[in-house]
Amino acid sequence: MADVSVVSSASSAAMTGPRGAKPKRAMNPRNIMLYGILIVVCVYYLLPLWVMVMTSLKGMPEVRLGNIFSPPVEITFQPWVKAWSEACTGLNCDGLSRGFWNSVMITVPSVIVSIAIASVNGYALINWKFKGSDIFFTILIFGSFIPYQIMLYPIVILLREAGIYGTLWGLIVVHTIFGMPILTLLFRNYFSSIPEELFKAARVDGAGFWGIYFRIMLPMSLPIFVVALILQVTGIWNDFLFGVVFTKPDIYPMTVQLNNIVNSVQGVKEYNVNMAATVLTGLVPLIVYFVSGKLFVRGIAAGAVKG
Amino acid sequence: MVNSIEVKDLTLNFGSVSVLKNMNIDVAEGEFVVLLGPSGCGKSTLLNCLAGLLDITDGQIWIKGKNVTWSEPSERGIGMVFQSYALYPQMTVRGNLSFGLKNAKVPQAEIDKRIARAAEILQIQPLLDRKPAALSGGQRQRVAIGRALVRDVDVFLFDEPLSNLDAKLRSELRVEIKRLHNALGNTMVYVTHDQIEALTLADRIAVMKGGVIQQLAAPLEIYNRPSNLFVAGFLGSPSMNFLKGRTVDGGRAFQFGSMKIDLAGYQGGAVLERDDAILGVRPEHIAVSTSPIAGPSIPAEVEIDEHLGADSLLWLKAEGANMSVRVPVEGRLPAGTKVHLGLDIAKASLFDAKTEQRI
Repeated sequence: MADVSVVSSASSAAMTGPRGAKPKRAMNPRNIMLYGILIVVCVYYLLPLWVMVMTSLKGMPEVRLGNIFSPPVEITFQPWVKAWSEACTGLNCDGLSRGFWNSVMITVPSVIVSIAIASVNGYALINWKFKGSDIFFTILIFGSFIPYQIMLYPIVILLREAGIYGTLWGLIVVHTIFGMPILTLLFRNYFSSIPEELFKAARVDGAGFWGIYFRIMLPMSLPIFVVALILQVTGIWNDFLFGVVFTKPDIYPMTVQLNNIVNSVQGVKEYNVNMAATVLTGLVPLIVYFVSGKLFVRGIAAGAVKG
Repeated sequence: MVNSIEVKDLTLNFGSVSVLKNMNIDVAEGEFVVLLGPSGCGKSTLLNCLAGLLDITDGQIWIKGKNVTWSEPSERGIGMVFQSYALYPQMTVRGNLSFGLKNAKVPQAEIDKRIARAAEILQIQPLLDRKPAALSGGQRQRVAIGRALVRDVDVFLFDEPLSNLDAKLRSELRVEIKRLHNALGNTMVYVTHDQIEALTLADRIAVMKGGVIQQLAAPLEIYNRPSNLFVAGFLGSPSMNFLKGRTVDGGRAFQFGSMKIDLAGYQGGAVLERDDAILGVRPEHIAVSTSPIAGPSIPAEVEIDEHLGADSLLWLKAEGANMSVRVPVEGRLPAGTKVHLGLDIAKASLFDAKTEQRI
């Protein structure tokens, strides 16, 4: 009986035909404009990447032909190998690999230390307000408006006096300090979106400063930690200025090393090697974005909507 | 007997703003005290001070004969229930209940025992392994109460615990809180802006306004003999009828417009002759009749007739003043009817319009 009624209602629906607004055609002027612009923008952004990758896969004779947009006739990975492990900068001829490991040793501790300190800062500024905490925060934010270049020389002196100028740790300290304003702001705003009553309940439950931080706040803040992680990894990995000022050739980060390879003036310009080296250097931030892009957007959105 | 809570000369300033002014309250052991007032009157602030979540400017707070003015919240022997439940979202119900006990280094066996007991009292056993997100509003509030319960404390503090619930759940949980209080006998301090909650739950109500306690007394006392105009107007729905006039004949009568109302039988102090007085009569203490009434009465005209289900409300105009009267359903009258209102002076309140205090 039920089946029959279902069938009959289905057939009557078929007879009356589809309802609602008339479906829009896929190829209407609006869509053509929209996708046209999107495609143009994509090409605009992807073309340099295309040229880089194609050039890096060609041998030098083919590069000299000048057809930069054409794919390689004969694919060779030699430029990549050379960029990674053989290209010379000054006396070192071990390619970018040295810079890569330097960058890893700079980025990992800098990211961890800066996020650890900034998250506690943000937490304390919101939940454990002390006399003058707002002024403290204002000063901290003000710091982010001063151009880095102004502070270079004073910091060189400070690091020298502290005995860590030209060391990895010196650079890590610099990155941590310069990451502080924006990260503290980020964490403070995120923590302010967590209901205050939760914090009060935890206090009644006898949790202290660190207890609340680790057991209540941290588990609720994964998205914002991912955002901070991405900001810091890309920022520190891509940094050139601090790397070149506060380190010495042995521990130059990858970006500085890349510059030295690309800008070396002796001999023939090996465009294919330069391109391979550039793609290699940009690979880490690229991977970070691809892997955590979704979390990144979610974190930004969570902070924005609930805040 | 030692009072459960003693607040002595408590003062709280935020910068130059005075939030609580020289407050004194004693709460007896096992008493249920409700802090009632409009938003911004300082009732939640006072509760936060009791809990130790706000540092007070001056004065002392004693709980169970111990000066806890500067103690940490967890050391005060209090459990607190919040309006937004404030359950830790990443923990299960069991985790929520045990969090405080683990912080206090209570042995695991004891934790299990207390959780089992609280879960039984609140009937949340099936929910113990769920996360708060998977609970309904009523269940969340039960867990929040459970979190105070497992702490095995003498004093429960409730900060508008039912405001986030719908009307039906609210009345259910209200009864349950009352039942809990009867069963456990803990001292409870309960903040609300809902007068029904206050009247039904409280042993005593503290009506607050502007950081000052206006009146602290049993619910019926507050309802029947409000100490000032604010308390009289705040409690009761619809609000008490206020008739502006003056007392005459050496305080034996109240002049309201052209009408003279005999004040014989008034329960209060010496009325005397006052140029500015206000007679307050609750809507249910007025009799309505189409024929003249013996005793103190005023003529009026029905403007609107509201049907409330159980009874009816008549909105009337008397000597230019708006009045409301609660009548049984069968006592409804069409708009425009001329009536006489008989006032029950024994249950009325007389206020001095200048001091706003009850006479």
